[in-house]
Amino acid sequence: MLKLTVNGRGHAVDVEPEMPLLWVLRDHLGLPGAKYGCGISQCGSCTVLADGEAVRSCILTAGQAVGRKIVTIEGLGKPGLHRLQKAWIEHEVPQCGYCQTGMIMAAAALLAKKPRPTDADIDDAMTNLCRCGTYARVRKAIHAAAAPVATVTPVNKA
Amino acid sequence: MSVSFARRDFLKASAAAGGGLALEFSFPVLANAARGTPATEVNAWVVIHPDDRVVVRIARSEMGQGTYTALAQLVAEELDCDWAKVTAEFASPNEHVRRKRIWGSMSTGGSQGVRGSHDYVRKAGAAAREMLVSAAAAQWKVPPAECSADKGVITHGPSKRRLRYGQVAAQAAKLDPPRDVALRDPKDWKIAGKPLHRLDIPDKVLGKPVFGTDVMLPGMLHASIAQCPVFGGKVKAVDSAEAERMRGVKKIVRAADFVAVVADSWWRANEALKKAKVEWDAGAHGAASDETILAMLREGLADPKAASAKRSGDAAGALATAAKVVEAEYSSPYLNHATMEPQVCTAWVKPDGFVEVWTSTQNGEASMAAAAETAGVPLEKVEVHKMMLGGGFGRRGAPQDFVKQGVAIAMAMPGKPVKMMWSREEDMQHGYYRPASLVRMRGGLDARGGVVAFEAKIACPSILSYLMPGSVRNGIDFTAVRTLHDMPYEIANQQVDYAMRNGHVPVGFWRAPGQQNGVYRECFLDELAHAAGKDPLQFRLDMLKAGDKNRLVLEAAAKAAGWGTPLAPGVGRGLAVVNGFGSYAAGVAEVSVDPSGALKVLRYVVAIDSGHVVNPDSCAAQAESNAVYGLGALFEANTVKDGRVQESNFHDFPLPMIGEMPRVELVLVPTGGFWGGHGEPGILPFQAAVLNAVFAATGKRVRTLPIRPGDLKRA
Ligand code: FES
Ligand code: FES
Repeated sequence: MLKLTVNGRGHAVDVEPEMPLLWVLRDHLGLPGAKYGCGISQCGSCTVLADGEAVRSCILTAGQAVGRKIVTIEGLGKPGLHRLQKAWIEHEVPQCGYCQTGMIMAAAALLAKKPRPTDADIDDAMTNLCRCGTYARVRKAIHAAAAPVATVTPVNKA
Repeated sequence: MSVSFARRDFLKASAAAGGGLALEFSFPVLANAARGTPATEVNAWVVIHPDDRVVVRIARSEMGQGTYTALAQLVAEELDCDWAKVTAEFASPNEHVRRKRIWGSMSTGGSQGVRGSHDYVRKAGAAAREMLVSAAAAQWKVPPAECSADKGVITHGPSKRRLRYGQVAAQAAKLDPPRDVALRDPKDWKIAGKPLHRLDIPDKVLGKPVFGTDVMLPGMLHASIAQCPVFGGKVKAVDSAEAERMRGVKKIVRAADFVAVVADSWWRANEALKKAKVEWDAGAHGAASDETILAMLREGLADPKAASAKRSGDAAGALATAAKVVEAEYSSPYLNHATMEPQVCTAWVKPDGFVEVWTSTQNGEASMAAAAETAGVPLEKVEVHKMMLGGGFGRRGAPQDFVKQGVAIAMAMPGKPVKMMWSREEDMQHGYYRPASLVRMRGGLDARGGVVAFEAKIACPSILSYLMPGSVRNGIDFTAVRTLHDMPYEIANQQVDYAMRNGHVPVGFWRAPGQQNGVYRECFLDELAHAAGKDPLQFRLDMLKAGDKNRLVLEAAAKAAGWGTPLAPGVGRGLAVVNGFGSYAAGVAEVSVDPSGALKVLRYVVAIDSGHVVNPDSCAAQAESNAVYGLGALFEANTVKDGRVQESNFHDFPLPMIGEMPRVELVLVPTGGFWGGHGEPGILPFQAAVLNAVFAATGKRVRTLPIRPGDLKRA
């Protein structure tokens, strides 16, 4: 049994430690918000937060996730919507939407580190792939969700 | 009729998960109407709850293009309901068949979602409104003509009495539907034509289980699949002893052309699949390569018996006497759709023989047919639950290979739902690729630089002969000759021939099938303009009749982009115009190329006339999408060696990233009177505009795609 903390709740899961966290979330914990896109850390569809850092859960093993606070899209804004989710809805970012939960989680980690990211910061941090081409709106929504300098509070810590 | 789709009730099912937790799953896109308070189906499209919530049934699929919302807008527009109370759900393919295909076409491709169903969905909304008004009038015992409806409220003019839709829906449903209904003039639209928020976005942003890959059912198993890497090959032998012993593995399924592992999680299935030793019989094509494919296409160009797609005037004669002849060859590679969600199908063969399928499909009815055929049951014994698609682009329509496999695997596990998902590697190497193509064009100019002759010979595989062989006419596949045989330009002498060369790589409808021809034509036109010493815009306008909508969009794009105005040093500008999928599209691109040859597309202005516009923001999103899809296609390729596709994942099939996204500006110039699409037209002029801009910036003509590193390097 591995003990995982996901979205603030403890879970004991009977999986092999080398199983990537993505599959623990999707197939064992019933949390399908993180998506499979490539399995080799290329696309970012599987992005979740581990202790506030954006990680690609397709290559982070369950064993490596033990002792780290994992946050998935399902737990991001609890209670209510995270401001990134609000901005995402306001700016109609998703097309098919498949990559978007990963995009939002990557953006959440970015904002936690850089509350007012520049375009260059966004280019560096947002290495997620989107086949539908939502990039312009991703950028717009991140800027919209970025806090005014004076009111920055740390976010996305489980 | 009160709504009850009993088959769907179990969707909100409890499942015991690995950790012993009881989890509740429900799929937001399915069966909303069946839950909660009793809802009334006023007609097949319109379901109304007593509290006035309206559920619009959608027959086409949603893959990000916005059809789900646009069609709901059209229904709501005529229904005169309150948009804030509108949700949508997918129509059931099983119901569709039982009700004699009442929802029209379920096929979602060719940018047809709106343009192919605007008429009947608006009529459904208008008919429902009339029935609701009549029901209220009957209750008041007044003539319906004295009543009006607005935002879901019916008012009796003289007495000012009011009734809400939710109060009269049950009575309305009992009335005979009106025979004929008047539709609103688009200029009076209040809900359609507006950039309303898409209905599917909040669930996607919340990470709710809406996609085919998100399906979770009680006791569900998972499968991963391996097909013969050489197209057309078969399974020869499988040594699965090791795989069978691995944790969570339930079964190794061996079919003629694939091996699948079923396990209690997808990862376990896939790990075991890697350990299954499969010996393949490659069949006849194990030696095919890029070289043999190119040789096949080149032989096609030399074929004197190629099918004739167009003959007007005497192209050969006019070329022989032209003052100047320009000749060029263009080519492009096979390309995978690379939907971000891999192919997926969950199937459940019930003890009573009923087959339940959940899948990301561009055609629910085709999925149902594929499932019925595979399971050997009549259509009535199949239900397909249409999930949201994690991208489609043409991959998930005609082939339905994934449904056949999913059902075949589930048949090996009777009584258990099995979710089969392809790995990315499988998805990259088993696509229905955009055809590779090779086209030679010749153009003749007269002494004043006017075009007197155009000749094109096309060699490429035929999509239709793979997927819909009955649609090939006299050796012509219209997707193979599109844009070359139907040019809007007034050129007296034209000849276009098509040499169908099919090869062994499966081909399919890849976003705007035939779009390569637009790239070739518009790049070649640029070459002709250059040879004639003319401005590329004026050169085209000189050949377009007054009133031609191609001319209108070209002028609109040129104006919005500032054609002819100065650019920063090192920046080039190019344009192109191509019509298709019911619309007219012209694009102007601005690019820079650095000394190392790195190309950056800075700006893409695209003007589109689609007749009517149902959701301008969704159209803008599609313009952005088409630019990025087109940008990727300048650099991506699927190459073939030893009969198989070489690329396996995104490391060797790179997609554009956020920093590469150009500024995209959509100029909508709807002229009314017709209905064109938006899912594909935006890509049509993109690549040619970019490549023409590359020429303007560097003097280099790109005629062979993809662009390889160093191609644009300054000498
Ligand atoms: S699935 Fe993890 S990066 Fe693509
Ligand atoms: S929205 Fe479809 S892949 Fe990003």
